Amino acid sequence: MDTQPIIVSASPHVHSDRTSKRIMYDVLFALVPAFLVSLYVFGISAFIVTAVAIVSCLVFEYVIQKYLLKTNITIGDGSALITGILLAFNLPSNLPIWMVIVGSLAAIGIAKLSFGGLGYNIFNPALVGRVFLLISFPVQMTLWPTAIENNTSFVDAITGATSLGAIKEGLMAGETMTEIGTRIPSTMNMLFGFTGGSLGEISGLALLLGGIYLLARKVITWHIPITVLVTMGIMTGIFWVIDPEQYANPMIHILSGGAILGAFYMATDLVTSPMTKKGMVIFAIGIGVITVVIRLFGAYPEGISFAILIMNAFVPLIDKYFKPRRFGTKIKAKILQ
Amino acid sequence: MQESILNSVILLSSLGSVAAVVLFVVSKKFYVYEDPLISEVEDILPAANCGGCGSPGCKAFAEKLVNTEDISELFCPVGGNEIMAQVSSILGKEVVEKDPTLAVVRCQGGCDVRPKTTEYQGPRSCAISSIIYSGETDCQYGCLGDGDCVQVCKFDAMYMDINTGLPVVISDKCTSCGACVDACPRGIIEMRPKQKRDLKVFVGCLNEDKAGIARKACNVACIGCSKCEDICPKDAITMTNNLAYIDPIACTLCRKCVEVCPTHSIIETNFPPKKVKKDTAEKKVNVESVKINTDA
Amino acid sequence: MLKTFLKGGVHPPENKLTSSKPIKRMSVPKVVYVPISQHIGIPAEIVVNIKDKVEIGQVIAKSGGFVSSNIHSPVCGTVTKLDKIVDTKGYKKQCIVIRTDPKNASNFEEPTLTLKKNFDLSSDEILNKINDSGIVGLGGATFPSHVKLSIKEGVAIDHLIVNGVECEPFLTADHRLMLEKAEEIIVGIKILMSALHVDKAIIGIENNKRDAIEVLKELARNETGIKVASLEVKYPQGSEKQLIQALLNREVPKNGLPLDVGVIVHNVGTIFAIYQAIQHNIPLTERVVTVTGKNLKNASNYWVKIGTPIKDLVNEVGGLPEGTRKIVNGGPMMGQAIKNLDVPVTKGTSGILVIPEGEASRGEVKNCIRCSDCVTVCPMGLEPHLLMNLSEKGLYDRANDEDILTCIECGSCSYVCPSNRPLLDYIRFGKSIVKQLNTV
Repeated sequence: MDTQPIIVSASPHVHSDRTSKRIMYDVLFALVPAFLVSLYVFGISAFIVTAVAIVSCLVFEYVIQKYLLKTNITIGDGSALITGILLAFNLPSNLPIWMVIVGSLAAIGIAKLSFGGLGYNIFNPALVGRVFLLISFPVQMTLWPTAIENNTSFVDAITGATSLGAIKEGLMAGETMTEIGTRIPSTMNMLFGFTGGSLGEISGLALLLGGIYLLARKVITWHIPITVLVTMGIMTGIFWVIDPEQYANPMIHILSGGAILGAFYMATDLVTSPMTKKGMVIFAIGIGVITVVIRLFGAYPEGISFAILIMNAFVPLIDKYFKPRRFGTKIKAKILQ
Repeated sequence: MQESILNSVILLSSLGSVAAVVLFVVSKKFYVYEDPLISEVEDILPAANCGGCGSPGCKAFAEKLVNTEDISELFCPVGGNEIMAQVSSILGKEVVEKDPTLAVVRCQGGCDVRPKTTEYQGPRSCAISSIIYSGETDCQYGCLGDGDCVQVCKFDAMYMDINTGLPVVISDKCTSCGACVDACPRGIIEMRPKQKRDLKVFVGCLNEDKAGIARKACNVACIGCSKCEDICPKDAITMTNNLAYIDPIACTLCRKCVEVCPTHSIIETNFPPKKVKKDTAEKKVNVESVKINTDA
Repeated sequence: MLKTFLKGGVHPPENKLTSSKPIKRMSVPKVVYVPISQHIGIPAEIVVNIKDKVEIGQVIAKSGGFVSSNIHSPVCGTVTKLDKIVDTKGYKKQCIVIRTDPKNASNFEEPTLTLKKNFDLSSDEILNKINDSGIVGLGGATFPSHVKLSIKEGVAIDHLIVNGVECEPFLTADHRLMLEKAEEIIVGIKILMSALHVDKAIIGIENNKRDAIEVLKELARNETGIKVASLEVKYPQGSEKQLIQALLNREVPKNGLPLDVGVIVHNVGTIFAIYQAIQHNIPLTERVVTVTGKNLKNASNYWVKIGTPIKDLVNEVGGLPEGTRKIVNGGPMMGQAIKNLDVPVTKGTSGILVIPEGEASRGEVKNCIRCSDCVTVCPMGLEPHLLMNLSEKGLYDRANDEDILTCIECGSCSYVCPSNRPLLDYIRFGKSIVKQLNTV
C-alpha cells in the first residue's frame, strides 16, 4: 500500500470476463469447420487464398495505422484477422493472389480504416472487399473451381459455375428447372460441401455447426440469421409454388450460394448490424428480400453480399427508429394472486 | 456527331438560363431585410465565436448590440475597450469601459508539492472525476489535472505543464472569454483585472481547510495564518474560511505579502529584476519560482 | 420457473463468502465520527456542544426538515469536536466526534432483548416513532423512511414489499439478518402493515438464500397476508422497480414512484430497525455491515455502530491484506471506492469490500464494437452506448430525450461491455448535467 496507491474508480468494480478479443476468437473458432471442408474440397489453393487474405489484411492495417493515420496499432484485436478470413471465404479458391491482396486493401483501407477503424465502419469490410473484386474482375470472380473430393492438386484445372449460376444461365436459355436440376449438385452434396462456389460458402452443414457455436457462446443472437433464412425461404417458396419450373425450390436457395455464410457470419457482424432486437429483425427481413429479388430478377446469380451492404447503409436509420421499449412506458395493472 | 454536340450545348445553356431566371426571381421575392448595421458591427467583432459575451456567436452578439437600446451591460471580452469604442461610434450608443481581465490559475499544487494518495481510473475529465470523488490528492479544493480548461480554450491560450500537471495560461493569447472558468469544476480559474504592466500578485490556493490538514495535503497551501492580511498596507487582503484573497483593485503590488507568506502560496508574476524571458516567466507558477522571487 | 424482472439484467459471480458467518458484535470503537448528513435530503442540525456528555440513543442532531432524519449517539461518551471528516467521496463533511467512555458499561453490554410480538399503536404513532428514531432506507438509498410511509390521502396501496433480495455480489448483511432476526422481521412487517392499512405483504428473496427463504416461509405460514417469494438470481433485482415487476408484474411508470402502482417497498434491514424502534424504543444507531473480500481471512458480518471509522472495522478483521488496491463502501456493482480508511460507517453502509491487486484495475478502453450487449442488459430499456456518446459530445438535450434520467445507475452496461468502455461514468455525468439544465 505504501508503494502503490489505492485505486479509486466509479462503480461497477467488477467486470464480466467477456472481452472483445474473446468475441473475435469465438468467431474465428466458429469458422474452423467450414475452412476444413474447403481444404478438403479445394485443396491447398484454399489455404493459400485464406493465408494471403489474412496476412495482407493484417499488413495493410499495420501499415496504414502506423504510417498513414499514425494511430495506435490494433492488429492484435483479431478484427483484421476475421476480415481476412471472411474475405477469403467469399472468394473463389482459384483467384489470382494479387487480386486477393487488392481485395484486402479495399476491405481494410476503404471499408474499415477510412471510416475510423473498428467500430466505426458502416459497411462490412470483407463484403466491401468482395464486391469491389466482383465488380472489378467479374470474370475471375465467377470462375469457380469444381469441387473434387479429397483434392490434393495444386492447380484447379476444371472450372465451372455455381448452382445458382447454372440455374440462372439455364433459365435465361429457356430451360425448365427439371432440366437444370440434373446438372446441379444434389441437396445432400450442397449440405456437405461438394459443390462449386466461394471458398467458405460451400458446406451448409459446417457453417451451421459454427453458427450454433456462435449462438451458444452468445456472440450472435438468433434474430438475424434465422430471420434472413426464413424470409428467403418464404419468398422463394411463394415463387416456387407459383411455378416450380421457373423458380428453384427454397431448399436450393438456402443451401446454395452464400446464404448461410451471409446470414450467420456476415449479416451478424456486430459493428454493421442494428443494436436492438426489433431492429435486427427488420434488418434481416430486408436482407432476405433484397437477396431473393437479386437472385430471381437481377443480373447477378447471387445477391446476398449486395443485400447485406445495402441494409448496412440502413442500420443508423433502423437504430434511430427501433428503440428498445423504455421501462415504465406501458403500465400493466395485473395483480398477482 | 456535330449535331449531338450542338444539341447538348443548346440544352445545357437553356437549362442554365432558366435556372438563372428562377434564382433571380426567388432572391428578389424572398429577400429578407437585415439592418446593414448588423453586418457592419459584425465585421468589427473579433469573429472568435467564443461565447465570452454571453451570446452564442459574434453574429448573434452584433444583432444584440444593434437591437438593444442600452448596451452598457454588453461587452466583448476578446475585443476589449478598443472594439467596444468602435462599436459605440458606429451605433452611437454609449458603452462602459471595463478593466481588461486575464485568467489566472489559483492552484500551484504540482506533483512535487501535492502528493497523489490515490490513483484514479476512468475517463480523464475533471467534470467526471469530480463527480466520483475528491481527486487523486488529499486536497479537495485544488486542480484535478485532467485539463478540461485546456480542452475548452478556443484560443490555445492554455496548456498543461507536463512537470507540474497544472494548467498554465499564456497571457498574450488569453482573451478572457471565461470558458475555462465555467469548465473548471473546482473554480480554480479566476478572471482577474489586469494590474499595472501585467504584473500580478494573487493567492495561488483555494484550500479552506485548517492549517494542519491543508499543509499535510499540499506544501504550498494557504494555511490561513493571516500574516499577509496583517502586513498589507492597503487592506487589500481578506481572510475567509482559512483562505486569503487579494483584491486586485486595492492591491498596489507592493509584494510585502509575498515575502511574508510562510508557505509561498502567494504568486507574483512578471516582476523585475528577475530578467527572464516572458514566456518562461509565465510558466513559473511552481514553488521554485516563488522561492526565487522572495529571495530576490 | 422462478420469478424475475422481464428486461435485461446480468449475473455477476455471487461471491457470497460470508453467508454462513453469523453476525458478530464489533468491539466498541474509541472514537466515533457521526456525519450529520447520512440520508437523502436536508442535513440534520447539531443539538450538542463540545464537551457535552451523551448517552446511547440520545439525539445529537435533529431532523432539519420533512425530508430529513434525526441522528442519535451510537455510544456513551463525550463530544470532543464538531469537525469536518471525509465522506465516501473524499469531500469533507460536518461530523460530530464523540469519544467513547471506556468506563461506562452500557457501551459494552450486549443488548438482550426478548421478542415482543404485540403492539397497539395507531399509524400516526408508529410514523412518529419511526421519524423520531432516525430510520432511513438501509438498503443503500438512505431515503428517510417516514417520508416514504407518509402517504397522501387518496393514494391506494395494496401491497407492502419487503426487499430481501440483496442482489449485490459479496454482500450478506441482509441475508444473515433474515436468518437471525426472522421473527423480529415478521413482527416488523406486521407493524408496517397495520400502519399502512395494507393486508398483503410479500418478502422477495433471491433463490441463493434458500435457508432464509425456509425460515421466513415457516414463520409466514402462521401469519395472514404475509408471503415469501423466491426469485431467480439476477442483478439488479434489488432495485425497487425491478423487484415490483418481478413480484407483482406491475411496471412503475416512467418518472413514477412505486406508490403509483399501489406498492411500497422496504428493505429487511429497515424493517428490523422499525421493529427495534417500535417495540424496544431503540433508535437507529447500529447496523449490519458485511466486511468481505477474497483475500480477507476473517471476512464476516458485524453489528457496527454508526460513525465507526472503516479503519477500525478493517482492523477488526485483521487489517488490510497485502496487495489491497481498492476498498469499496458497498457492493461491487454500485458501491463507492473510498480514498482512505478514515471514512466513517453511515446508515447507508451495507458492506466493506476489499479488492486485491489484479481485480482492482479497469481494463484498457477500446472502441465500441456495437455488440449491443449494453442494450440487452439494461433493465430500464435504455441504450447506454448512445447515452455515453451523447454525454461525451455534450449533446445533453438529446440525452434527455433518450431518457437518460431514468437510468438507475445499476452498472450492468459497464459490467458487460467487452471493450471496457466507461459507459456508466459518462451516463452519470450526463445525468448530472441534464438535471442541472432541467432545473434552470
